[in-house]
Amino acid sequence: MYRSRLTTQRLAAIFLLGCLLFNYPVLALFNKAVAVFGFPVLYAYVFLAWLGFIVLVALVVERRQD
Amino acid sequence: MLSGWTVILASFAYLGILFAIAWVADRRADQGRSLIANPTIYALSLAVYCTTWTFYGSVGRAAASGVGFLPIYLGPTLMMVLGWSVIRKIIHVVKANRITSIADFVASRYGKSQLLGGAVTVIAVVGVIPYIALQLKAVSNSFTILAAAPAIVMPAQHSAVPLLHDSALYVAVIMALFTILFGTRHLDATERHEGMVAAIAFESVVKLVSFVAVGLFVTYGLYDGFADIFARARALPGLERLLTTADTAVGYGSWATLTFLSMLSVLLLPRQFQIAVVENVNPAHLKRAVWLFPLYLFIINLFVLPIALGGLMHFAGGVDADTFVLTLPMDNRSEGLALFAYIGGLSAATGMIIVETIALSTMVCNDLVMPLLLRRDWFGLRARADLSGLLLTIRRWAIVAILMLGYAYFRLAGEAYALVSIGLISFAAVAQFAPVLIGGLYWKGGTRSGALAGLLAGFAVWLYTLLLPSFAKSGWLPADFMTAGLFGVELLRPQQLFGLTGLDEIGHCLLWSLLANIGAYVGVSLLRPPDVREARQASLFVDALRLEDAGRWASGGGTTAQVSELLALAGRFLGPEKARAAFEQFARERGVALARLTANAELVRFAESQLAGAIGSASARVMVASVVEEEPLGLDEVMNILDEASQVRAYSQELERKSRELTRATADLRDANERLRELDRMKDDFISTVTHELRTPLTSIRAFSEMLHEDPRIELAERTRFLGIIVGETERLSRLINQILDLAKLESGRADWTSVEVDLAEVIRAASASLSQLYKDKGVALALDIDARLPGVMADRDRLMQVMINLLSNAVKFAPAAQGRVKVSAGGTAAEVRVTVVDNGPGIRAAERETIFEKFRQGGQDVLTDKPRGTGLGLPISRQIIEYFGGRLWLEAPGEPGEGARFVFTLPLSTGDNAEQEHAGGASGEEDTDRGR
Repeated sequence: MYRSRLTTQRLAAIFLLGCLLFNYPVLALFNKAVAVFGFPVLYAYVFLAWLGFIVLVALVVERRQD
Repeated sequence: MLSGWTVILASFAYLGILFAIAWVADRRADQGRSLIANPTIYALSLAVYCTTWTFYGSVGRAAASGVGFLPIYLGPTLMMVLGWSVIRKIIHVVKANRITSIADFVASRYGKSQLLGGAVTVIAVVGVIPYIALQLKAVSNSFTILAAAPAIVMPAQHSAVPLLHDSALYVAVIMALFTILFGTRHLDATERHEGMVAAIAFESVVKLVSFVAVGLFVTYGLYDGFADIFARARALPGLERLLTTADTAVGYGSWATLTFLSMLSVLLLPRQFQIAVVENVNPAHLKRAVWLFPLYLFIINLFVLPIALGGLMHFAGGVDADTFVLTLPMDNRSEGLALFAYIGGLSAATGMIIVETIALSTMVCNDLVMPLLLRRDWFGLRARADLSGLLLTIRRWAIVAILMLGYAYFRLAGEAYALVSIGLISFAAVAQFAPVLIGGLYWKGGTRSGALAGLLAGFAVWLYTLLLPSFAKSGWLPADFMTAGLFGVELLRPQQLFGLTGLDEIGHCLLWSLLANIGAYVGVSLLRPPDVREARQASLFVDALRLEDAGRWASGGGTTAQVSELLALAGRFLGPEKARAAFEQFARERGVALARLTANAELVRFAESQLAGAIGSASARVMVASVVEEEPLGLDEVMNILDEASQVRAYSQELERKSRELTRATADLRDANERLRELDRMKDDFISTVTHELRTPLTSIRAFSEMLHEDPRIELAERTRFLGIIVGETERLSRLINQILDLAKLESGRADWTSVEVDLAEVIRAASASLSQLYKDKGVALALDIDARLPGVMADRDRLMQVMINLLSNAVKFAPAAQGRVKVSAGGTAAEVRVTVVDNGPGIRAAERETIFEKFRQGGQDVLTDKPRGTGLGLPISRQIIEYFGGRLWLEAPGEPGEGARFVFTLPLSTGDNAEQEHAGGASGEEDTDRGR
């Protein structure tokens, strides 16, 4: 069951990463009235980080099937 | 054109579709072909999290605070990552203990306390009622707005409308009826509702598609894509601030608070618990849900900010931002899209209301009403056999009551708040379950009193700092309660408790309530150790994953096949009979037949422990998992097995080697023992033979001596004959003794040997010469045929002489007198010389050809009257000598008719050290010691 435990640990690490990404102070770095390609930088950051986060989680949990 | 009746008709048509889906799914479930046993359906049904709050409210919140709506969805995203372990553990506990709701869960964890279950139920009902009110408000508002199309008219204050003209009341009634039809048609022991889950998953799709459609319409229909909306918004001073969040401690604090709160809510809201845990078909479905559900949240939130900004720019005031999803299509004459948006909102509302009220009604019935009824036993319930009708009635009334309470809250307090704020009040209420639930999952020390104290303390603070202020704000309570505090004590102002400022009202409530909650829970729990019951439940819950790892699959269906698989698996390692015996023993201890055994967690654990004894625990776990779970083996598991197996193998090889050595040693010992016994027997035989042989001449000597001694009148001739016999017998005796000594020396290897080159021809001639008188006396002809080129051999001349004399004297002894012929021939090959002695006597029977080489065996002795004509030691001694020099001595079959005995011996040629080597090989008995190697 090492694999299962490893998945749990990876997800715990990803959780901590998420707490970091979506909170002060990292959030403050992007909390500026600046636009990137027309998108407000905070909006762009949160959604991109969110998507990346979801992809990471999917990779970790679905890996076991390959 | 949209009219009130079109909208009503569309609403009922939609509800009809939902009902049809639920009906089909229920039927499929009854047939065993579950529609919802699918990870994607599970993930979609989790999206019941997105209610009208998301559908309408997010836009409203975005219009007020920009990206501030996002934490509500980031929290669940984070929680789902933890859900892999937390939710999985809860699911295992729930399945193992047949828990039906969150109240049941908490009650069961702390020693099956009815009081605790009741408390959780009350908190859940009170806490969630604002949330239900929110749905009623959203549906009735959206209906009112849509029915008034094409004019955009904001609904009037509901409190101003007479009760019977209030659309929200009818929404509540219809929802109640619909939920009753949905959730309480029949009773399911596991409280699972397959049809409902299927309908919820369908609704999740509808609301997502509907919202995205509106988002695309606004972003690309009304504006030129995202960049256009953002660029225009940036140009407006009031909107620019919405593109960032408040860059202050309060702003980030509120962000973090909302993230944390929504993390807890996605697990603790009764409907989330119902869908994620109680309705879960297979814990493995979580695997997809942990990323698919967050992805759903991601997609549904993409267009929130564009719709909010678009709405704000489009209407420039006068329209409630909570209604933008509906009013933007309406105002742009897209009535079809507006109706679709309304249906999406209806989806969000009905989904939430159905699941929430079913979950709450189950709790109210099982954890509040039934315990009370049974305790008082007013209606003689304990005696009634079938309570299912009563249970259904209680649930139906509970549903009606909950929805009416929701409507009441809506009439009393709902107007003062935006949708999101109402929802957050409920979130903060259910967050009070977190310490007792999560604490109870990981900490064994929590007690019933601690849990109750924590829940009540947290609930009281929530009531005081969040719910009562919501009443106060809507004017139902005096406003000075807010500003001056309770009893006029400023420190007790509900939203600046003890003078704490700098937090928003949710953060403020969460801080104080969780502080009180956790403090009371831990503090009271630590007052006394858990009693036996609490400790047992604690271990069941805290060690759930460890306990259930073996049995996680066991709660699923099709268990009879698994018993046989487990048995076959165990049989492969333990042997079929032994495995069967073990399983039968297991079944007997539980009082069931083996055939009726079910593959529950206990049996799986049993099988695993049996296997662990044979192949180690890690391998056992993997092997059991391979049978009962379709999980493919990971590399780590395989490595584990290999590691364990190689250890076992090395160990067994060692054992095998030792056992082989032992077997060999045993065989050697047995051989040695055999030989010793053989030697012992031979020694006994030898001694008895020797004494017998010695006694024969001695008897004869004694007999003649006595005759001579006792009878002086014996004539001289007779006397001389007797003395001659005595002399002969004495000679024979001394010869016998010499030969015995000789043999003893030879056998013990102590004989004196000289090994020099000997001329064999000379030895043969010398032996013939020394016996020539004997041959002449008996009239036997002796012929010699010696190869002139006979080479020399390495030997002891005297010993060779002894052999020749023995063979020649034997030959003359058996050759017939007067006509006897004896022939000696000698010749050589490249490797050896060969000497043959043939006589024309009676010969030796084939059966005796080997035995005459045994000690004291004499040829032709079968006639009893025959006197022995030799000592019986000559041939054995001769053979010993020849073999000592590396040759062989044997008796051949007669070559031609008339021939008697034909003795042959060979000796190896004296080629250097050849003879020395042969010495060892020639020693008698050498081969015996080699046996068994």
